[in-house]
Amino acid sequence: MTHPDSAARDTAAADGQTEQRSRSRESRPANGEVQPAVDHGASEPQSAGGRPERQGQSGGKPVSFNNEVDHERLSMTVTDLDLWYGDYQALKSLDIEIYSNTVTALIGPSGCGKSTFLRCLNRMNDLIPSARIEGRIEMDGRNVNAREMDVVALRRRVGMVFQNPNPFPKTIFENVAYAPRMHDIVSSRRDQEELVEQALRDAGLWDEVKDKLDQPGTSLSGGQQQRLCIARAIALRPDVILMDEPTSALDPISTAIIEDLMVRLRKDFTIVVVTHNMQQAARVADYTAFFHLGEIIEYNDTATLFETPATTKAEDYITGRYG
Amino acid sequence: MADSFDEITKQLRKRHGKTRRLKLISMSALILSGLFLAVFLGDMVQRGWSAFLQGQIQLEVTYTEETRTMPLNAIDEDYRQLVTQGFFWSFPGKFEQDPELTGTVRDEWVPASSDVDQYLKGRGRLSSQEQQVVDRLVEQGQAELRFNKTFFTGGGSRSPAMAGIGAAALGTLLTIAVTMAISLPIGVMTAIYLEEFAPDNRFTRMIEVNINNLAAVPSILFGLLGLAIFIGFFGVPRSSPLVGGLTIALMTLPLIIISTRASLRSVPDGIRHAAFGVGCTRWQVVSDHVLPVSLPGILTGSIIGMAQAIGETAPLILVGMIAFIPNADFSLLNSATVLPAQIYTWASLPDQAFQEKTAGGILVLLTILILLNAIAVLMRNRFERRW
Amino acid sequence: MSDYLFPAFIVLMVGLGVAAFFTGRQRAVGVRAEGKTMRSQPSQYGWFMSLASVGAAIAVISLCWFVLVIVGSPVPLYSLYFVGLAVALLGMGYGLRYVNPDFHARNAIEWVIRFALAGAALISVLTTLGIVVSVVSEAIRFFNMYSFWDFITGTRWNPGASFLEAAGRSSSASSRAEFGSLPLFAGTFMIALIAMLVAIPVGLGAAVYMVEFAPSRVRRLAKPMLEILAGIPTVVYGFFAAITVSPLVVDMAGLFGLEASYTNALSPGLVMGIMIIPFISSLSDDVINSVPDSLRQGALALGVTKGEMIRNVVLPTAAPGIISASLLGVSRALGETMIVVMAAGMSPNLTGNPLENMTTVTVSIVSSLTGDISFGSAQTLSAFALGLVLFAVTLLLNLVSVLMIGHFRRKYSLSAL
Repeated sequence: MTHPDSAARDTAAADGQTEQRSRSRESRPANGEVQPAVDHGASEPQSAGGRPERQGQSGGKPVSFNNEVDHERLSMTVTDLDLWYGDYQALKSLDIEIYSNTVTALIGPSGCGKSTFLRCLNRMNDLIPSARIEGRIEMDGRNVNAREMDVVALRRRVGMVFQNPNPFPKTIFENVAYAPRMHDIVSSRRDQEELVEQALRDAGLWDEVKDKLDQPGTSLSGGQQQRLCIARAIALRPDVILMDEPTSALDPISTAIIEDLMVRLRKDFTIVVVTHNMQQAARVADYTAFFHLGEIIEYNDTATLFETPATTKAEDYITGRYG
Repeated sequence: MADSFDEITKQLRKRHGKTRRLKLISMSALILSGLFLAVFLGDMVQRGWSAFLQGQIQLEVTYTEETRTMPLNAIDEDYRQLVTQGFFWSFPGKFEQDPELTGTVRDEWVPASSDVDQYLKGRGRLSSQEQQVVDRLVEQGQAELRFNKTFFTGGGSRSPAMAGIGAAALGTLLTIAVTMAISLPIGVMTAIYLEEFAPDNRFTRMIEVNINNLAAVPSILFGLLGLAIFIGFFGVPRSSPLVGGLTIALMTLPLIIISTRASLRSVPDGIRHAAFGVGCTRWQVVSDHVLPVSLPGILTGSIIGMAQAIGETAPLILVGMIAFIPNADFSLLNSATVLPAQIYTWASLPDQAFQEKTAGGILVLLTILILLNAIAVLMRNRFERRW
Repeated sequence: MSDYLFPAFIVLMVGLGVAAFFTGRQRAVGVRAEGKTMRSQPSQYGWFMSLASVGAAIAVISLCWFVLVIVGSPVPLYSLYFVGLAVALLGMGYGLRYVNPDFHARNAIEWVIRFALAGAALISVLTTLGIVVSVVSEAIRFFNMYSFWDFITGTRWNPGASFLEAAGRSSSASSRAEFGSLPLFAGTFMIALIAMLVAIPVGLGAAVYMVEFAPSRVRRLAKPMLEILAGIPTVVYGFFAAITVSPLVVDMAGLFGLEASYTNALSPGLVMGIMIIPFISSLSDDVINSVPDSLRQGALALGVTKGEMIRNVVLPTAAPGIISASLLGVSRALGETMIVVMAAGMSPNLTGNPLENMTTVTVSIVSSLTGDISFGSAQTLSAFALGLVLFAVTLLLNLVSVLMIGHFRRKYSLSAL
């Protein structure tokens, strides 16, 4: 699966990374006090001095760890993931570990591949004929990127919420009950009602819609529609919920509600969220990965990434130099 | 929390089966339509190929003053029964075309009677005596299937060997010329008005609804309109290409309007704004900037509309374009027939040879229509712009 | 003589138009040369001149002709040509006075063009009006002779006797003309029903396959194939139904021990169904295509299989569009003429057995109006009465279909229909 050359390159890179990582960790004081970066900022990244950009991660592990997270419980492990659209390589040998019951945010400038990566995790890219994906995505002891993996089974366990709310043109009740019924999770009307109520409560929508469950989902406001889509996803009790810029089409109030929701849902689900909004990542995420040109430049504890990024590129992006 | 992959996959087997079944069913629907087309085309070719050939016999034909009045005597008694009646009907006419014929005896290929013709094509049966004669002629190379020129030049005739689509083709040409001369300008003008000029008010919306509705009105009602208004009220001669063309023009109009509007709409507003920005009037914007860009689309739509008009039959039957036309005139006011109407009249004749002519006429008609559609598709692919 | 007069007149008019154009332009160029600034371009003055002379002449001639025809008096061709010529010359002289710096030739042209375009748009309205007027007026004459109620509810259709009646030769009650249209409508709906039973499943299935399953290579092949099927003239389908399908149906029925007429309702119904397949499939194709991809992805992301997605999300969303396409298909089937004229029977028959001989509304219209027809006989007029009902039914279907699709179209920005 992996090209021998790239394997060799990876080993070499990994060696370098280890060194760099230890250096970058050393440079950060234990008390968390912010110290001005030693050398970045002074020189432009890479091109200027030919000095390699310091890697912000190693073997998919974050640069620094978040103490609130149980790092033993891995949800998904991505190893050496490449993706091509025809001849164009959109993702370049990504490695990342995603821990259970965390919110992991993916940030980066437009076109950096963060949404593309997200859609690899439940194989939505299979719908694009020109896309070719290589690499390993491990979940529950299986390579879910393998050809023999049943994508329907995968998507049953890895749900997704999209950028624009897309409720089905059915009733609110049907929107939530439809997929569990298909998967035979519930069958009797009473079970369905219980499940719908629970999912809508979890999504914080129950009080607003409990009297109009038989109205079309499309009659709700944008923010409510998006929460309906979240309810639809969690009704299946998946392991992972992928969110692709879930608030970018919403007003600030709805955005705040959904951000609260993400933090609350972390208790039961693993959430991976792509966002354009760095404040959002800072507010909701335990870990944040910074993408640039199809690569993960830095994967780090969210607080650390925003306060003392390990790489110049991440720092430039966060301080608003580009993106 | 959730079931493991294995458990889910096990449960999925049945559901995937349903997807496969849906795929199979929907695919067979498409295959079925393809099969219909194949069976249909195969049937027409099998029935119609032989219309382009005609059994002919090489005989001595005597041209004298006597045979001019008694054409039967022009051919040796033994072979008279084998020659088509139509040959004798048209015999006196030959003298007028070529006066030098008088007094000569010529070796000519003469069209055979429809029985002999069908026998040569391997279909019918002959009496044993006739069969002997024909078999002998075939052996001597004096009877064979030859290219049937009459089928393309001839007109209506009671004798299959003399019947052809020439007159009907001319009628179609004249009728369609009238149709396009009327519906193309009016259709394009209407579309320009609706897309570029019309204010968005109740009147405009009424016209739009009306056009959409007109496109779905059964064609036979246009025939009633032609009969009552054009013939009954305005006194246009019945059966003439003029009345047929007018009737079909009204039918084609909504098609041309709809396709032209789509083509105008696909021109981005940026072009219009730019033209207005340099001080063009509305008409200048349309004629100098929008129309040139949308012209290929308009032409494509018009060709498709024209193809449909060529195949239209029912309204033309009502305005009398099923006249029996042995020789067509190049006139808009004289009686005429059109290809589909000729097909209709031939189809109702019991003679096997006419069934063959019907299928032959259908093959010609289909070839024309498929060619026109192919031209339209090529034009669309060649000139279509994506904005 | 009069054959050559018209072309000669046309040539003369074109010549005059060209002359007017150049005169106007020349004059404007002259004015400009004097150093005055003009409101419009010289050639716009030229166009204005052409419109003022020839345009006015054509307008006047058409108006005169139309009024004369309406009044019903014979058209004096020579005087009409003369009037046209006079108007053209007058217009030229009059228009020349307007070639001055203060005149907005451009706006005048613009105004005339707008007027002409609106006039063209009116033609389609007039067409509908023409259909309504022609059908209604003749139908009223028919209903003066024959009761509307009997026409709608009568079960015997026997117009042939009306000729005898007109000739005063109807003697016994058995040969009285009868115009009970029920069996005609029964036949029409039966054949349309058979057609839709073929067309809707096959057309919809083909559309689903093309949009949801087919690789693009198959789509590229199948689209033109369906277009060919759609482009086959109905008279050709009629021949196919009469000569190939009907004997086949009779043979098949024979295999099951059933007796079928050679002019049974089944064969025109089946062939009409084939004719409508591409119609249904291309409309459904557009509708299914316009179901937003986000809904498909939303369903797939829930771990729903593709088949479930199509059945439970795509098709229900597209349903209004598919239903309205089917209604348009029904309207087509009801109004289809050539297939039934060639393959269905001629004698009315009120029966539920599709293997029996049946006739339809359109067949009766055609058979009443071909051959030696006399305007004003009950048989001829009955065709218009049938046409009126046909128009009303198809209009209703079309309007319902437009209303159904309207909502869908606004929601998903559908271009077709």
